[in-house]
Amino acid sequence: MQTSSAVNGANYLTYQGKYKGLLGWIFSTDHKRIGLLYMYSIATMFATGLLLGLAMKFELLAPGKTIMEAQTYNATFTVHGVIMIFMVVVPGLPAVFGNLMLPLMIGAKDVAFPKLNLLSWWLYVTGVFLVLAALLFGPGAPDTGWTFYAPYSFKTGTNLLPAVFGAFVLGFSSILTGLNFLVTIHRLRCPGLKWTKLPLFVWTLYGTAWIQLLATPVVGITLVLVALERVFGVGIFDPALGGDPILYQHLFWIYSHPAVYIMILPAMGAISEIIPTFAQKHIFGYKAIIASTMAIAFVGYLVWGHHMFTAGMSGTAQYYFSLLTFIVAIPSAIKVFNWISTLYKGAINVQTPFYWAISFIFVFMVGGLSGLVLGALATDVHVHDTAFVVGHFHYIVFGGTGFAFFAAMHYWFPKIFGRMYDKSWANIGWLVFTIGFLALYTPMFYLGIMGMPRRYYDYLEEFHGGNILSTFGSWVLATGFVIIVVNLIRSARKGEPAEKNPWHSKTLEWTVSSPPPVLNFDEEPVIGENDGPYNYK
Amino acid sequence: MEHAHHVEHPDMYDEESSKIGMWLFIFTELLLFGALFVVYAVYRYMNPDAFHLAAEELNRMIGAINTIILLISSMTIAMSTTALRKGHRKLAIALVSITFLIGLAFLVNKYFEWGVKFSHGIWPGSEHMLNEMSQGEILFFGLYFVMTGLHALHIIIGMAIMVFAIRGLINGKVQIDRPSLLDNCGLYWHLVDLIWIFLFPLFYLIH
Ligand code: HEM
Ligand SMILES: [Cu+2]
Repeated sequence: MQTSSAVNGANYLTYQGKYKGLLGWIFSTDHKRIGLLYMYSIATMFATGLLLGLAMKFELLAPGKTIMEAQTYNATFTVHGVIMIFMVVVPGLPAVFGNLMLPLMIGAKDVAFPKLNLLSWWLYVTGVFLVLAALLFGPGAPDTGWTFYAPYSFKTGTNLLPAVFGAFVLGFSSILTGLNFLVTIHRLRCPGLKWTKLPLFVWTLYGTAWIQLLATPVVGITLVLVALERVFGVGIFDPALGGDPILYQHLFWIYSHPAVYIMILPAMGAISEIIPTFAQKHIFGYKAIIASTMAIAFVGYLVWGHHMFTAGMSGTAQYYFSLLTFIVAIPSAIKVFNWISTLYKGAINVQTPFYWAISFIFVFMVGGLSGLVLGALATDVHVHDTAFVVGHFHYIVFGGTGFAFFAAMHYWFPKIFGRMYDKSWANIGWLVFTIGFLALYTPMFYLGIMGMPRRYYDYLEEFHGGNILSTFGSWVLATGFVIIVVNLIRSARKGEPAEKNPWHSKTLEWTVSSPPPVLNFDEEPVIGENDGPYNYK
Repeated sequence: MEHAHHVEHPDMYDEESSKIGMWLFIFTELLLFGALFVVYAVYRYMNPDAFHLAAEELNRMIGAINTIILLISSMTIAMSTTALRKGHRKLAIALVSITFLIGLAFLVNKYFEWGVKFSHGIWPGSEHMLNEMSQGEILFFGLYFVMTGLHALHIIIGMAIMVFAIRGLINGKVQIDRPSLLDNCGLYWHLVDLIWIFLFPLFYLIH
């Protein structure tokens, strides 16, 4: 049964190549090792961002100053935002599970450009250190918000330059990963694996890669312009010199709206693997999911204006952006219907990844529906820049990408580490985390509607109740996170050895031993006419 | 471990992949400059007179020379890929080297051109600009320096790739049946050329 490389004991975790020890990891071009490097780096950054979030929530426990001054609060939400967006959710699923699983899922030995892949990780790390340098050196941490809006971004006295440059480098890393995946999917599918037989996770990586490629350069050059503005005063965004700060916002959101689809598409892809596996049923509407993926990828470019309804734009433009925002919600809704329909009459095997997937669908729906409140012109004017927005994007970005990340983690864990985690602790972790999440962010909708602004370290007494609940939620969520992580780390080292295919899935990565051999497949797999990623009897 | 050797490096060389990869990368470069062209279009539309006035300052002669230079260099690099295809490795090396030198000539020209601007007190944030120029002119020169500067940076990158290509040609990593590096070097250089073909009229010629 076992593959030959597993017999002589070398899987991708244990083999030794040119270098020993740590060097064998940070210089490895093996896509699986790179995936793990990303996993550890991103987990570290997530924990950092989480601590900053906890600090902010602690500050908001009571009106007035609790633990930090206004300026510290400004720096905290800025750095929290930069870390969570550029270092966690944007690379998130593609860099970790894309790297680990994409070649396995398409029956390839590696990605198309393994060295470039390693370079991407190095760039990621460089970007991280650049941003951290902004915190440790110079005249104080950046305080502009993660959006770096002009003109404040070149007027502030804080150390913005390394942060902006770091974000640029992170963008470059993201572009290279996208490019690599596109070529991989085009060129390296194994014989018989037609486009219409690709697992949906692969399809969403494909859509994501296009967005990474087409949107990121625009924000890259925009950040360069901000840097040049700061250093040389070229005037492009500086109203004092004739420039237009609103133009900055346009250029920023032309990337940053599509970026939310970089975050969410692969999440949807992971969910589309998990749902059919645990329902033991063919995914409902395979082609509809592909079509909606590509629709999201392209319509997603045309809606950026909804971030600027109150910033000054013509009525015509507002109507247009609002309408398109409603239209782009449709493909997401289609996916939700597909997942639910897949479950219908399935023989559902309720396991940890399934809990995560189901809760993903719930928080994703709440996030999406609250997004429509922001996409509608009249209501957006009311809740713009309030806690409602914070509730919305945490539901969709953290709820969406975060929950899917944990779902994927618990789904592919036995494949990645060759061991099974303790299922009851995993379930407890999920439960605590989810309760914390709901308690943390749900009050923000209410607070926002009542008028509590975002990005303030202080608030009026009337908002106290909701904030207490929210802060309490942040503690529960952090507890859940610790339970999950401890359980996974313990299990990766001491868990029961896992079977090849513990969930009885049909995709290719489950046909190799766990953990996979160094070169993935001993023989190149061939997909027959009747095989398919979701062909459960 | 004895099989560690063949394990480390599955040789993934695939000409088609390299080509697709390069085209995709070129796509991102176009978007990078594309955003700048949009900014240029917006500000030109808002300040037509000032842009006209400021463009008078630029030296069309140098611009034209640089345009011709780059067009020739595109030809030499294209010739080098053909030479390699026909198996004339030495010729290919010579042609890439010539292209490299032409790139250098472009940069020298650029250096003098910018130098003249500086000596007239024109650079972003200079006293002269802030006190005596209209906002439209400031924007024009701001864009001029950013866009030609970024383009010059691309010239340098292109030349760096040429160094790698030459090295590959010398040590055999780039061969008649492994031409990707040189091909991609050429593609990239054409891109750099093409961007200039747009920059030249936008800054120097349009009135
Ligand atoms: C992947 C997960 C997360 C992502 C992507 C994320 C993203 C963001 C972003 C982009 C901002 C806006 C920053 C700005 O205004 O410039 C923000 C603000 C904030 N986040 Fe998070 N976040 C995540 C997790 C968390 C967690 C775990 C907590 C709490 C424990 C948290 C609490 C907050 C708070 C309190 C604010 C500031 C609200 C304000 O005063 O405006 N976030 N987050
Ligand atoms: Cu948006």
